[in-house]
Amino acid sequence: MFEYCTDPSTLDTARWFGCYLTNGAHMLFYQSFLVVFALLAVTAPVSLAFGFAAAAASRSHVPPLAWAGKLYTAMVRGVPDIVFFLFFVLVLDQAIEYARHRISCPDWTDPIRQGANFLVCPEARTPAGNAPQWVHEAYGFALAVFTYAIVFGAFCGNVLFGAMRAVPRPQLETAEAYGMSRRQVFWRVLVPQMWIYALPGLSNIWMILIKATPLLFLLGIEDIVYWARELGGSRTSAYQYPHPDWRFWYFLGLLVFYLCFTRVSEIVLGRLTRRLSHGQATAAGEELRKAAA
Amino acid sequence: MKYLILTASLLAISAGAAAAQDVVRMGTEGAYPPYNFINDNGEVDGFERALGDELCARAELTCEWVTNDWDSIIPNLTSGNYDTIIAGMSITEEREEVVDFTQPYIPPASSLFMALSEDADLAGGVIAAQTNTIQAGYIAASGATLIEFATPDETVAAVRNGEADAVFADGDYLLPIADEDADLMIVGEPVQLGGGVGMALREGDERLAAFNAAITAMKEDGTLNALILEWFGPEAATW
Repeated sequence: MFEYCTDPSTLDTARWFGCYLTNGAHMLFYQSFLVVFALLAVTAPVSLAFGFAAAAASRSHVPPLAWAGKLYTAMVRGVPDIVFFLFFVLVLDQAIEYARHRISCPDWTDPIRQGANFLVCPEARTPAGNAPQWVHEAYGFALAVFTYAIVFGAFCGNVLFGAMRAVPRPQLETAEAYGMSRRQVFWRVLVPQMWIYALPGLSNIWMILIKATPLLFLLGIEDIVYWARELGGSRTSAYQYPHPDWRFWYFLGLLVFYLCFTRVSEIVLGRLTRRLSHGQATAAGEELRKAAA
Repeated sequence: MKYLILTASLLAISAGAAAAQDVVRMGTEGAYPPYNFINDNGEVDGFERALGDELCARAELTCEWVTNDWDSIIPNLTSGNYDTIIAGMSITEEREEVVDFTQPYIPPASSLFMALSEDADLAGGVIAAQTNTIQAGYIAASGATLIEFATPDETVAAVRNGEADAVFADGDYLLPIADEDADLMIVGEPVQLGGGVGMALREGDERLAAFNAAITAMKEDGTLNALILEWFGPEAATW
């Protein structure tokens, strides 16, 4: 990074740290924070969409649809996250490969399962064996995001289902009395009003989602936990920057990061609650009305 | 026009894929200096990086480096996530059953104990070793209590903080650590384990012959010995 970094062993402490904290491995560490943000940025809206679909399906008057919605939320919520993460990613990966195998290699005779091995034909391998490394990484990340979305979608589904039931019944009856169809009542009256009831539950899920991001490490993705452990481990002079076991400091850094991140989230969600409470028939909405009057 | 650009870029991508047909993905752990480690620039480095690049050059293969946790390094090879394991892996009969090994590129080396004091109880105490290593297997079969860790660094940390009485690992990994840390010392007798360190490929992979030929060539012209001395010091066992 800096010119004087060519021989770190001659540097004074401040410069040594300046060089150490800006070396290539640390740059990868800083980039891995973007992986966490990317995961959140994609997972949050996708799981909200999954949850919305599940909640809407659970309310459906078509029994199979209602069963599917309820089964999804109940099942995923009941399985421990970590079991789901370790199991589902593997199953999803193998399902994709198996499907592609059946399509592209119908003449393949070797068994796919050989002991612990899962061997599909080379054309079905996902991603292709000769694909560049970033494709492999992107594929792994996509599987992880999808798994997170399934899990947190189920929690969102439960919260949204409850929120939909919390919207005062007279509101819906009034809409029906005006001659709105079921669809119109749902989209024009129920959905706009349910958010304030859903928000406490959703902000809770958001916090849990932030705290769940270190699970990425379990899925073999080089996230902040991976790099904290990697960089914090003790280094001999085979490295340019030898140091003793500093994992404590690296993990302390992660702790501070997560605390700051959840605090900022709390502030933002607090403001959002205030805004959504305007004009609502809730205690918070009533308070806002009185303050304005 | 849009379609033209799209087709052109698709062609470019497929041409790139065709050129990349012969990429060999080299799987390593990246946490076992001086065999293999992630260096200060975040790249795979170490003896095996230098060796692997040389072998690929001699076998005229394009190689790409991938890291994977040690405890899942064999399943990820057999399921095709990469094509070789070059990670200080000793050749053993159990592993031969699931993968194909090249000839060894490091002669059978001694495994050592490292502890905080000379009188550490090696026979009946608590010994740290990395999961799925021949050293862990050896301790499990002995009278000592084995505690396993996912990474080599954690096995050493367990000795430093008193969780384990000693750590048992490849001498080449422990010696530089014992040299630089005044508290840690090599104790007990060296133990000979395994049939040397080799590269692992999936069973039936035809690239095995190319790698074997390259290793033979490097043994014959002395470049392999030079590389071993460069990374493991003047006292390392050579061919």
